[in-house]
Amino acid sequence: MGRIVLKNVNKSFGTTQVIPGIDLTIEDGEFVVFVGPSGCGKSTLLRLIAGLEDTTGGTIEIDGKDVTSAAPARRGLAMVFQSYALYPHMSVKNNIAFPLKMAKVSPEVIDRKVTEAARVLNLTDYLERRPGQLSGGQRQRVAIGRAIVREPSAFLFDEPLSNLDAALRGTMRLEISELHQSLKTTMVYVTHDQVEAMTMANKIVVLNAGNIEQVGSPLDLYNRPDNLFVAGFIGSPRMNFVKGGAAEPFGAHTVGIRPEHIRLSKESGRWKGTVGVAEHLGSDTFLHVNAGEIGILTVRASGDFTGSHGDTVFLDPEDSRIHRFDAAGKAIR
Amino acid sequence: MARAVSNRRKTIATIVAWLVALIIFFPILYTVLTSLKTEPEAIQGFSLVPSFTLESYVTVHTQRDYFKPFMNSVVLSLGSTLLALLVAVPAAWSMAFSPTRRTKDILLWMLSTKMMPAVAVLVPIYLIFRDFGLLDTRIGLTIMLTLINLPIVVWMLYTYFREIPGEILEAARMDGASLWGEIVYVLTPMAVPGIASTMLLNIILAWNEAFWTIRLTTTNAAPLTAFITSFSSPQGLFWAKLSAASTLAIAPILIMGWFSQKQLVRGLTFGAVK
Repeated sequence: MGRIVLKNVNKSFGTTQVIPGIDLTIEDGEFVVFVGPSGCGKSTLLRLIAGLEDTTGGTIEIDGKDVTSAAPARRGLAMVFQSYALYPHMSVKNNIAFPLKMAKVSPEVIDRKVTEAARVLNLTDYLERRPGQLSGGQRQRVAIGRAIVREPSAFLFDEPLSNLDAALRGTMRLEISELHQSLKTTMVYVTHDQVEAMTMANKIVVLNAGNIEQVGSPLDLYNRPDNLFVAGFIGSPRMNFVKGGAAEPFGAHTVGIRPEHIRLSKESGRWKGTVGVAEHLGSDTFLHVNAGEIGILTVRASGDFTGSHGDTVFLDPEDSRIHRFDAAGKAIR
Repeated sequence: MARAVSNRRKTIATIVAWLVALIIFFPILYTVLTSLKTEPEAIQGFSLVPSFTLESYVTVHTQRDYFKPFMNSVVLSLGSTLLALLVAVPAAWSMAFSPTRRTKDILLWMLSTKMMPAVAVLVPIYLIFRDFGLLDTRIGLTIMLTLINLPIVVWMLYTYFREIPGEILEAARMDGASLWGEIVYVLTPMAVPGIASTMLLNIILAWNEAFWTIRLTTTNAAPLTAFITSFSSPQGLFWAKLSAASTLAIAPILIMGWFSQKQLVRGLTFGAVK
């Protein structure tokens, strides 16, 4: 089990209110990602769930039990930290065994569980090493191992991959997703990287300035963003926004078009522009097109696009994929 | 070509480093050499070649009791260090892990007490010691040495504790460690190297402290610093004997420093380079 319910949870540090009041339900077995820019309160929210910070108001329930003022260890959760937070003076084996030792589990059971966790995480050959002798990816796996052996009702991840290089991040992302598939335990994951959020989550919670902007599945947020903030945050490259006169024909204050939803032509189209920078990624080419009054638009073209700086091109947004927003930034549906 | 230049540079740097080290070490070396000379040799003038006589050591040993001041030095430096740690560990701990807005100010204020010349408070301290019957007592001097080194001890421990990442303590808390478990299994093993090097440095500082130990003692609590000065006054200047007494006084701490140099260097540069 691992159903987490937040009811009007709020947090202030001194006079600064970081989280004004959040209501959120995380269902058992879900992979929920908190995503948002730096300082949006996503890590604070996770730490409130963990019990590492005290709430200023509101209640936190785990599996129907009010744990708002319970100590971290009594909440049945396990946490993986950004800095891994391994005990540097202990071997990998002792690091993984630590929570079991604290729970006074018998040595035979500890041994069995540590061996099993090490096998799952490919750490069997490193059990006698110290954290300092491991690579970043291995350290992160030890941290995950330490969380697994506790058999928690939910895992909390605080930006666990941000200290790793890009290639390793991709691998670890897969490993964590596979772990979720096999354990089927609730996972709450904090990141500022929307690619991580899109690829791993069942449910994404987009946060901004301590408020929830939108909750939904990755494709929900991609296809039906509630507001300008979510529209701009989800999707890579970022959605283009067109304001003023050019947006009026669409009956909106602002219209949003994703780079992949603009058709490119060298002959004709609704908007005319000149190619600025062309980023060739092999599979795709991202063009930054200066469309005069409309502004600079990012457009996705095929990988074999041959145009270059200064070429004139025509752009046609796909009508069915246009997002319309009112003056307050809310989506018009 | 580039390698030849960098090699030459390295050689020059090495020679310069050795020269600087020699200049710094020279007074100690010359003290030891002088202690191995006869009294007339010692007065004659600069010479690096002694006659290797142990005459002065024998005289020093027969004229005065070395053991008593030696034991005083041991008791004072160890006692003041333990006392300082007893106060400084919790102080540095709370400042490192639950800092307030005033923590930095308090640290600076404590350090600022070291900027005051000791002689400025000689008279009041002397009077307090006299009135409380602490003059020439081990307990009085232990308190004095504790107080003068406390700011440095707190600072050193503070920088050490600050290096222990808060997330590790939080991880222990998540892992179900009680406060006691946190202290025993996580904090202490991580803090021991820091406490050890602070302890070593403080022992050295207390051992070498000369201003207060000489002024607040006569015979009973006099440590080795007072032992050295006792050879410089009444009978005139006897360089060889004075050097022998000095060598005897610094030898224990020099040997201790030599054996613990790795720990000391680590302690003093901790936090500076990561």
